[in-house]
This record gives sequence, C-alpha cells and structure tokens, in this order.
Amino acid sequence: MSMLNGVSYGLLLFMLSAGLTLIYSMMGVLNFAHTSFYMLGAYVGYSLGQWFGFWFALVLAPLLVGLLGAGFERFALRQVHRQGHVAELLITFGLSYVVLELVQLVWGRSALDYQVPAELQGPLFVLHGVAFPLYRAFMMLVAVGMFAALWWVLARTRIGWVIRAALSQPHMVEVLGHDLPRVQMLVFGGGCALAGLAGVIGGNTHVTEPGMALSIGALVFVVVVVGGVGSLLGAFLASLAIGILQTLAVGVDMSMLALLQSLGVPLPADRATGGLLALRLSQLAPVLPYAVMVVMLIVRPQGILGARQS
Amino acid sequence: MTVTTRSWRQTALRAGPWWLYGAAWLLAPLFFPSSFSLGLLSQIGIGIIVCLSYNILLGQGGMLSFGHAVYSGAGAYLAIHTLRLLADGWPVPVVLVPLAGGLAAVLLALVLGWVSTRKAGMPFAMITLGIGELVWAIALMAPSVFGGEVGISADRDARPALGSWTLGPALHLYALVAVYTLACTGLMYGFTRTPLGRLLNAARDNPQRLGFLGFDPRMVRYLAFSIAGGFAGVSGALTALQVEVVGADMLSSQRAGTYLLFTVLGGTSVFAGPVVGAVLMVFALAVFSAWTQAWLLYLGLGFGLVVMFMPGGIAGWFAAGGLRRAGWQLRSRPLDSLLVVLAAWMAATGWVAMVEMAYRLQLRAVMGERVDFFFWQLQAASATSWLLCGAAAVCGMFALARLLRAPAAVAPSNAAMERRT
Amino acid sequence: MTAVPAGQADGAFALRLRGVCKNYGKTAVIRDLDLSVARGSSLAIIGPNGAGKSTVFDLISGRSKPDAGAIWLHDQRIDGRPTHTIHRLGLSRSFQVSQLFTRLSVIDNLRCAVLWRMGYRYMFWRALSGLRDVNQRATQLMEQIALTPQRDTLAQALTYAEQRALEFGITIAGGADVILLDEPTAGMGRGETQRFIELIRCLTRGKTVLTVEHDMDVVFELADTVAVLVQGELIALDSPQAVRADPRVQQAYLGAAALPPSAGGHGVC
Repeated sequence: MSMLNGVSYGLLLFMLSAGLTLIYSMMGVLNFAHTSFYMLGAYVGYSLGQWFGFWFALVLAPLLVGLLGAGFERFALRQVHRQGHVAELLITFGLSYVVLELVQLVWGRSALDYQVPAELQGPLFVLHGVAFPLYRAFMMLVAVGMFAALWWVLARTRIGWVIRAALSQPHMVEVLGHDLPRVQMLVFGGGCALAGLAGVIGGNTHVTEPGMALSIGALVFVVVVVGGVGSLLGAFLASLAIGILQTLAVGVDMSMLALLQSLGVPLPADRATGGLLALRLSQLAPVLPYAVMVVMLIVRPQGILGARQS
Repeated sequence: MTVTTRSWRQTALRAGPWWLYGAAWLLAPLFFPSSFSLGLLSQIGIGIIVCLSYNILLGQGGMLSFGHAVYSGAGAYLAIHTLRLLADGWPVPVVLVPLAGGLAAVLLALVLGWVSTRKAGMPFAMITLGIGELVWAIALMAPSVFGGEVGISADRDARPALGSWTLGPALHLYALVAVYTLACTGLMYGFTRTPLGRLLNAARDNPQRLGFLGFDPRMVRYLAFSIAGGFAGVSGALTALQVEVVGADMLSSQRAGTYLLFTVLGGTSVFAGPVVGAVLMVFALAVFSAWTQAWLLYLGLGFGLVVMFMPGGIAGWFAAGGLRRAGWQLRSRPLDSLLVVLAAWMAATGWVAMVEMAYRLQLRAVMGERVDFFFWQLQAASATSWLLCGAAAVCGMFALARLLRAPAAVAPSNAAMERRT
Repeated sequence: MTAVPAGQADGAFALRLRGVCKNYGKTAVIRDLDLSVARGSSLAIIGPNGAGKSTVFDLISGRSKPDAGAIWLHDQRIDGRPTHTIHRLGLSRSFQVSQLFTRLSVIDNLRCAVLWRMGYRYMFWRALSGLRDVNQRATQLMEQIALTPQRDTLAQALTYAEQRALEFGITIAGGADVILLDEPTAGMGRGETQRFIELIRCLTRGKTVLTVEHDMDVVFELADTVAVLVQGELIALDSPQAVRADPRVQQAYLGAAALPPSAGGHGVC
C-alpha cells in the first residue's frame, strides 16, 4: 500500500521533473519558477473548478498556465538569452517571487480548501483493511497518460522530431529553416503546462498554499540531479525511487537506532551519537532525498542516467 | 623590458575610494547616532560582508549558489553557542567570536564544498539548493543544538569585550561590525588580485582551457567556495551578536535567495556592486517593507528588470557609463526624453496605485479602505479610484509605446562621447 | 601502419600512439592509429575533412579518452588521464576556435598560463602583481606575440588575428616541450599567415610540434614530416615532398585527379 502511495507521489514528482528536464535540455535554462507554475496550476485549477467543474479545469488550467509560460518566454526570457544561462536562471528566479506575490494577492495567504471532486472520492480497493484512494489511482493514470502522450509527441510527430533535433543541435535546426524561437517557446510553454497539470491534480491531495512551490521545488531539483541532468528516463526512475523512499520512510515508526541494530550494525552507546539516532525514521524522512543526492554525487556524480562530462 | 612605476599621486588616487569608505564608517555614527540607525548601519556592514562573499562565487567564479545561507548560519550558530559558554564562565574574547564563526564556516565549507563543487554550472546550483535544504532539515530535527523554529538566544554583553567595555550598547557593536567590515572588504578585494582570484575568473570564463593550462578547475572552485563560505560565517556570527537569537531560518533557502537577489541587484561585475546590494538589502528589508505591503512584488519585478536591462547590476550600470549615456540622451533630445519620462511616470504611478489598492482590498477589514498614495487619497473599493488609476496606467503605456517606437537617437559608444567632450 | 622514422631509438620519442581507436556511437572515427613523433621534430597532420585530425588532438591532450590503444608522452602513459595532468607532464595544445579567458585582459590571460610552470599553485596569500617572475615571463611573451599595446584589453575585445596570437601565446606560455597546434593559421590572410609562421617557428624552436593544417604552404614551411589521415587511418607518413607526390594521398583528396605540381597550392578545405 505504501508502495502504491509512493509510486503515485513519485509520478507526481516525475510530472514536474519531466517538464524541467525538457526545458533544461533544450534551452539550457534551469527554470527556477517551474514549481511556481505548478502552484499556478493548482490555484487556477481550483478557481476554474469552482466555476466550471473539475473536468473543465483539468483541461483548461494547464493550457492557461502553459500560455502564461509561453508568454514569459517570449517577453522576458528571450531578452536575456544572449546574456547566458546564469541570467536566464536569474530571471526565472525573479519570476518565482512575482508569481508568489500575485498568487497571494489574488487568492490570499492561507491554504485553499481544494477538494478532491466528489466523483473521484472514496477508495479504489481495500487491501488488508487499508483503502487505496480512487483519486490516487486517477493521479497515476493521468501521469502515465501524460508520459505516454509526451513520448508519442516526441517520437512520432514531426514537431517532436524538430524538438529532439533542437535538443542537441539548436543552431543546426535553425539553419535548416525551422523557427527555433517558436520551438523554444513551445517547449517552455509545454513544460509549464505539464507543471500546471501536476498542480491541478496534485493540489487537492497535497496542500494548496503559497508555500507549496518552495517545498516541492528543492525536491524536484534533487530528482533531476539524482536521475542525471538532461535524461527523461533518469528523471522517471529517480522520481519513482525518491517518491517510494520518502513514502515508505514516513510510514516507519522505528527509531534509527533500532533499525540499525536490527540490521546488525554494531553501535556505541546512544549518548555518543548525540541523540540523533534516537530519531524515528519517519522524522528523518524529509532529509532522505537530499541524503540520497549527496551519496549519489559522491559515488556517481553524473546521476543514474546522466551523460558523463569529459 | 619596461617596468611601469606608479607615482605617489596615482597610488593615492587609486586608494581614494578606500579612504572614503573608511571615513564613511568612521564618521557615520556622528550623523546617525540613534540606536535604531546604528542598528541599521551594523546590518549594512554585515550585509556587505555576506554579499561580497557571495559575489566571490557568482561574479568572480560564475557559480550560482542557492545554499550560501548554510555558511552564514554556521557562523551564527557557533557565535550564539559561544556566547552561551561565555555566560557560563568560559574566558572567550567576544571580539574574536566572528573570527571563530568564520573558521567554523570554512571547515563546514571544506566538507560540504567537496560534494557541492563536483559539478559546475546549473547542476551546481541545484546541488547547493539540495544541500541547503538538507542542512536546514537536519537543523529542524535537533532542537537542542539548533533551537528549532524558536532559536537559541544569548546575551552579547554578559562579559566585557575589551577592557571594561561591553558589546551591549549599539555603538560598541557598531564599532566591532565596522572593524570587521573594513577588514573583510579589504581581504576580499585582495583576494581578487591573487593568483587564485585570477584563476577563479579563468574558471568562470573557460574552465576547459584552464584545465589545459595545468590547473584543475574543480580545485579552483572548491577553494573559492570554502573561502567564500568563511567570510559568510563571519557575517553570520556578527548577526548573532547583533540580534542575540539564532533560529533555523538563518539556514533557510529564502535567506540564501535574498543574498542572491541583492547581490545581483547591486551588481556582480564590479567589486563595489555587492556593497550597493547590501545597502539596498537593508533598506528593503527594514524600511521599504514598512512602506508598502507589495514590496516583495516590486522587488521581484525590479529584480527582473535589472536582469533584463542592466546586466551588470546597478553598480555595473554606473561603472559602464550608464549615467553618461543617459545624460547624453537627455541633452540631445530633451523634449522627447521629457515626454518619455512623463509617460513612464504616469504608467508606473497608475500601476503602482492599482497594486496598492489591490493589496489593501485584502486587508480592508483590518486597515480600512483608504489608501494614502503620495499626495492622493484613494479608496480601495471604489470604482472611481480604479478607473482613474487604470486610465493613467493604460494611457501612460500607450504614450510610452508610441514614443519609443519613434526612431530614437542611437546612443554613441563611450569612446565617441569622449571624443566629443 | 606502423610508422617509425628510420634511425630513431624508442627513448627519443616525445609522443607515441599505439593501436589507438575512437568511436563516437557506432562510427569509428579513429581506427588503430600508430604514430611516433621524435623529440624535437615537427609533424604536420593533414587530411580531408572528417578525417579525425582534431580527434587525434583531443585524444592526445586528454579532452577525450581512446576506446582502445595507448598513448605515451616521454614514456609515460597519458591516455585517459585528465587534461590538467597531461599538461603538467609537458604537453600543451591550441584550439582551432580560440579558447581564451574572455573577460580577462591579455596580460592576465598570459599570467594564468604561466603560473603552473613557475611553481605557483592555487595561491591566495600574495598578489599576482607581486610575483616578479610571473610578470616578467608574461610580459616577455606579450612582446613576442606583439600584443603589448593591448596589454589591458579584454580578450573578447581583441581582433581575430590578435586573438589567434594570444591563443598561441597561452599555449606556449607554460613552456611545454610538446606542442599541439590545431589549425593555427585558420582564417588568416596571406600576410598574416606568413608572420604567424615566423612566430611559430621562432617560439617553438627545439620543441616537438604537431600541427593540424589545411594550408600546404604552412605545412611546407613548418614540418619535417607529414602524416596523412584519411577516415581515421594513417595512409602516409613521410617528408612533405614525398607525401605530395604520393598517389594514394592525391586520390584521397581529389579522387582520381592529381594535385597541381606548382608550389603554392592550398590544401582542400
């Protein structure tokens, strides 16, 4: 059960890291505001859901967010393109501040009561007395569907070929006559739309509040680093791994000390370790993804599937 | 081979800005004697140290770190715990506490930096964010050491610092901060002129080529990272001395983001840029935030505009002759320039007024509906106010668009301007 | 093809490649390359585009790692080692597209290049301007490459030819005794090329030099030996005259047609 919950959380992480990876691979831009678009998706989805119903919001909110992203690319990001990647990252950093403030201005500073729609509430199945929510299954379905659609667009359509070509040889693509700026705008908008979609479906199970962008933001970066910067499959694997790891850890109520002892690790007296080992694994859960990242950097800096830099 | 010698006059001229800087720190208390202003000045000094240290990474090394608060936080925590030891009777010289904070931060940076500098560029940025979050999460888990959200507190005047003087009065703390600020500024400027400083610039411009010259760019980045962390630790320790309480927010990524924001705003391409940035930082956090609810929004927008149109930051703009170019523009086309300024002012006023009203709408239950906007009174909920401001904004933008679309005189290069004058 | 110029013992080789292979994906770019370069000699590597000439330089200088084979520098294995290690062992290379420190001045570029050789490591406790030997050597180099008027100009503000000169200056600054020059005269006009050849000849006296070149005049002026690389394989290694007359080389460049007999023809680019 925790596995399934972990998988659904991991898929949500993947929805976010996929968009980020695509934008980074094509444009070299690390979109610091990526999770801000996630937040926008949740808030816009909430409001649209209030007015027109959840299903309408599910389709329209990501589109709106994607449009906003494309607009940002066109009017702001493009201006700093010639200054290099650091400047591009900086402007997305500025955007994250602006989006946060605007969201708070329009929707207020406290958490929103974004509910799962009535038709999707309730359990999908019950196993050993623990219910697996229908909505989580829906989330997984949407994530998998998104992944499949993404794969299909990239592998089978003409625009997908152009995008893949532009991922490795942007200048060549331009020379061949394709409108590179438009492709870049499309990819950026698309990545933001994916983040928005994640927000629409994730915002009601995970809290919808102004701090949501920041809290998941660092995690998405960790996923990208662990999976290997630039690799979609790596991001997928890392998202699942971290999602499962974190969900499982939260469920374990054992202290670190007990866990290590049960694994047969000889330990000095508890006092010597400053009481940190007395912490339960569930309390340590927030730290685990970052610890994984640190270990990965020491052992295999290019990540699971990243390209080794010469 | 010719060797260029510098005359005494030239040396004195080059040192001119330093004399001014030193004099400013020396004489400031005479002009701003209240303890509130001295507190602000101390904050500025602390900000200067941390922003300069951040610029070692960003401006000189091209390394964008989101985790710099870890090192200022380390210095702060060491300082606060040392102060507590002091109260328990340990003979610790308070004036050396910032130094100890710096040392602790260097050691931490040597450890964490080894992992952080494995990669450069964008991956480095992501890694620093992850490590920053890691440290912050760990801090929250060990409240006995880190004080959780509430923080650890101590007194800086439990013991005399120098002779019979304690650090209690704001003036005495200011003196300590001023000495450290001057010293750190000098040291960091000196760093830019050392071989490692140059190699750091080289690693920023072309790390691959640096490798072909026998130096490992990773090692250069690692050493610079540790040095920058050390100075951040000094700044953190001074903060601890000033506010006498250190909580986990000292390690937060929001704080790291603040360092980034104001260092870029001040300017990364000139050594004095972060100094400007630090002044802006203290001004924004202490004064500007009291003027308007929307200060973060303005900050974000202003930051975006600076990134787009002033790549070297505000100080960089000045250093590259921005003022001269603007002056030339004003002198050569005075009427057009005036109209542009007026239109921009009208648009800006309209937009800012609307933003202020929007923010007030949120809080009208508490603060009422009247917005005192410079010389006017606006009603947040009244349609008239909104229409007026909206009209101003829209007209201003239209006028601006029309004026800027007209063929503008191309500002000549600095060299061309020099030939004219 | 094993290529050992007659009369040279193993110990006199500055650079040796044995069985070096490099693939990019499924494409074999360098196939089983054997090459030995005698100490103090000057070798030019020529060949049609796509022959793998720059790749050979990348493999030797450490920018990429060979998939098979071994490379020795003065009898030390260097294949697969990082670029900075290889440079410290005495090998330096220039690039076809100038790789400079764009926001540093000319003098700073040169000073950075000189530092390691002078024994200064990652020093941060003394000012760079106070290191007399570094400054002397850098200034001397600057005069030799005729960039003294541009001493404080940023590298990105130099003209193309000045950048090429600085590129060359940085390459030889470290005093390496094996120098790899990747198309040093690329993009230069006649007169500039002549001057540059003089500069190269003057400043690489006594050193082992490998040059990748397209310009046959440069090859004739600088090289004792010419290696011809076609599709990753060495098809000739001989004196410039012999190589020019070699029918296989002519075929590789031009198909069946022969090279024009007069001196002064440019290589096919």
